[in-house]
Amino acid sequence: MTLLDEIRTGDARTAGISTSHASAERAAPAILSPAPAVSIAGALNAALRDALAADSNVVVFGEDVGPLGGVFRITDALHAEFGEDRVWDSPLAESGIVGTAIGMAMYGLRPVIEMQFDAFSYPAFEQITSHLAKMRNRTKGRVTLPIVIRIPYAGGIGGVEHHSDSSEAYWTHTPGLTVVSPSNPADAYSMLREAIESDDPVIFLEPKSRYWAKDAVELPVHTAPMTRAVVLRAGTDVTLLAYGPTVKTALHAAELGAEEGLSVEVVDLRSLSPFDDETVGASVRKTSRAAVIHEAAQFGGYGAEVAARVTERQFFHLAAPVLRITGFDIPFPSPKLEEHYLPTAERVLAALDTWEW
Amino acid sequence: MSNDVLVPAPPTLPTHKPIRLIDETGRAVTGTQTAGFRMPDTDTLLSLYRRMVLARRFEAQVTALTRQGRLATYPSALGQEACEIASVAALAQQDWLFPTYRDTIALLTRGVSPVEILSFFRGDWHTGFDPHAHRISPQSTPLATQALHAVGLATAAKLKQDDTVALTFLGDGSTSEGDAHEAFNFASVWQAPVVFVIQNNQYAISVPYSKQSRARTLADRAIGYGMPGYYVDGNDVAAMYAVVTAAVERARAGHGPTLIEGLTYRMEAHTNSDDPTRYRETSETAGWLDHDPIDRVEKHLDRAGALTTAVRASIAAEAEALATATRDAMNETPVLDPLEVFDHVYSAARPALLEQRAFLANELAHTDTREAGAA
Ligand SMILES: Cc1ncc(C[n+]2csc(CCOP(=O)(O)OP(=O)(O)O)c2C)c(N)n1
Repeated sequence: MTLLDEIRTGDARTAGISTSHASAERAAPAILSPAPAVSIAGALNAALRDALAADSNVVVFGEDVGPLGGVFRITDALHAEFGEDRVWDSPLAESGIVGTAIGMAMYGLRPVIEMQFDAFSYPAFEQITSHLAKMRNRTKGRVTLPIVIRIPYAGGIGGVEHHSDSSEAYWTHTPGLTVVSPSNPADAYSMLREAIESDDPVIFLEPKSRYWAKDAVELPVHTAPMTRAVVLRAGTDVTLLAYGPTVKTALHAAELGAEEGLSVEVVDLRSLSPFDDETVGASVRKTSRAAVIHEAAQFGGYGAEVAARVTERQFFHLAAPVLRITGFDIPFPSPKLEEHYLPTAERVLAALDTWEW
Repeated sequence: MSNDVLVPAPPTLPTHKPIRLIDETGRAVTGTQTAGFRMPDTDTLLSLYRRMVLARRFEAQVTALTRQGRLATYPSALGQEACEIASVAALAQQDWLFPTYRDTIALLTRGVSPVEILSFFRGDWHTGFDPHAHRISPQSTPLATQALHAVGLATAAKLKQDDTVALTFLGDGSTSEGDAHEAFNFASVWQAPVVFVIQNNQYAISVPYSKQSRARTLADRAIGYGMPGYYVDGNDVAAMYAVVTAAVERARAGHGPTLIEGLTYRMEAHTNSDDPTRYRETSETAGWLDHDPIDRVEKHLDRAGALTTAVRASIAAEAEALATATRDAMNETPVLDPLEVFDHVYSAARPALLEQRAFLANELAHTDTREAGAA
């Protein structure tokens, strides 16, 4: 078994995932009848299947997404079910994948493409920032590009270098893109369906360390609109703002905090661009303290945007400066060292301790 | 994506003598240099000639307007009319064109109005025309990127079983970009109905072909991608038309992409901010006057007796009318709505953008009041 295979089969312990990340599953949503346990990977696969079935203009292509079903199996069995003209393996070239998707979208298709791993989206940077994001604007709205770029992103799976990057700041800094990241199976399904239906290009960041996290969910499911943030846990003392892989960290921190008598509110941003100022603002006005958690490096990162927005808008409601608990300003470290890099619940609580309460 | 249509015939290296049908004296070329391509009929040649004359007059006018400061910039295709016009003329109505910043006269030839075209260079809006209405994508500035869009669109058309072909222009310099390679490769693997026309005008801004590539011809590359390649005299509109037409027909019949290199020369500067005397001798440029693409077909048509005084006069009058209309249109000051910049970023309004829009609106309102007060 390779490392990746172990992770795929869900054996996170043998794959060397730090325990703080492998434990503390998110509380399952309240449900009336027993629903099947669905992983994020399974939910994404179901969303793709349902989208392909619902609209013949939806096509799925990229590296290894055909018969293999993607290196993370997110496109599992879709090739067999929908055939070579709907789901296919492209030549190995990310700029080519995005660039050809743009032409296809100009002709009425709705491509859902995969960048195999986060750092391998960089060859497509030009196509994404110069064309995908700008086409609507360049043409006064006459050309729309309903393309979803799925990017398995971030660390926590013991990936070797270039397999654990968090590239959200590049994409959120680019006007014209919608950037979202689900943190649980229900959102994974609902948000991917919505992303595919969106007339704007969507960068869909899939937290790969969470692919195998399961919840009891009845599919198909409709959760909140993908551009809205959601309060996952109510609290009164502090607001933790997280997205994708760090939502779990935030929830874990909230539990540890509760043991110490701290009432922590956890907001899952879900959408990084647009930013849901309303939901975040309401939470911060209630708690008067905020901290944002992400895996990406801190300097010039997405957390800086969050901190600035919250400060600008809620300054007079804030009792303390907005904190950032993030990765270090270094290239993502090697697998054996990544646990020291990734923000943990303990690190979140330690950061909160730096405030004067 | 299935490519079950046809396994392409094994390509062979193109000849290293460019394919020609008409020589500099206007005579029909015979023998191996035609590579079996047939001379277009006189009506077709006359129509190509007419469009080239119009395009040249248009560019002369636009260059003048640029020198007067009415346009921000303009990359002229003077000397490249044969490549541009023959390629567009070979397309059917349903086909798509993927042009670069230099291929403005291709847009003109395909029926885009001067104002819609020039709003890009005047600086009103990035793309002034409706791409769907004309089946022309926005003129691409990032080099070679549009070639992938052409491959994608052609592939989508193939998947929908439409007989649409996409043609894209590339410069010699842009063939060094990774996207050019990716486009050639994707097109061939997917057997996409695409025609790549490389206009080798021998310079990428200041960099000559010798410093761009060591390949004898860029058409040679085709064989490495498993598609046919043709090396054509890009100043011979008859040859360009014959070869591009064959490639378009081939693509439409489901036989996949073709790579065509038109060997030509950029007579003008790269743009008005370029100084070509820093990188090439004026004698070199002057030498190319003997290879002028319009001159050549004009001589040919003259010999055939097709260019009567009346025909010449009518084309000249049409060219003048186009120049005048272009000048008049550009002399009008465009009415731009600064707030529109917020309208076409996303399909649905975004609160944050609405806030920024309101901010600018407020600023504009105050500017107006100040100006009104000052007046
Ligand atoms: C990706 C990229 N790099 C650099 C440039 C700047 N640039 C604009 S035109 C040009 C030269 C292109 O030469 P060529 O492809 O031969 O086309 P030509 O201008 O001669 O028609 C360069 C370097 C650009 N537009 N895009």
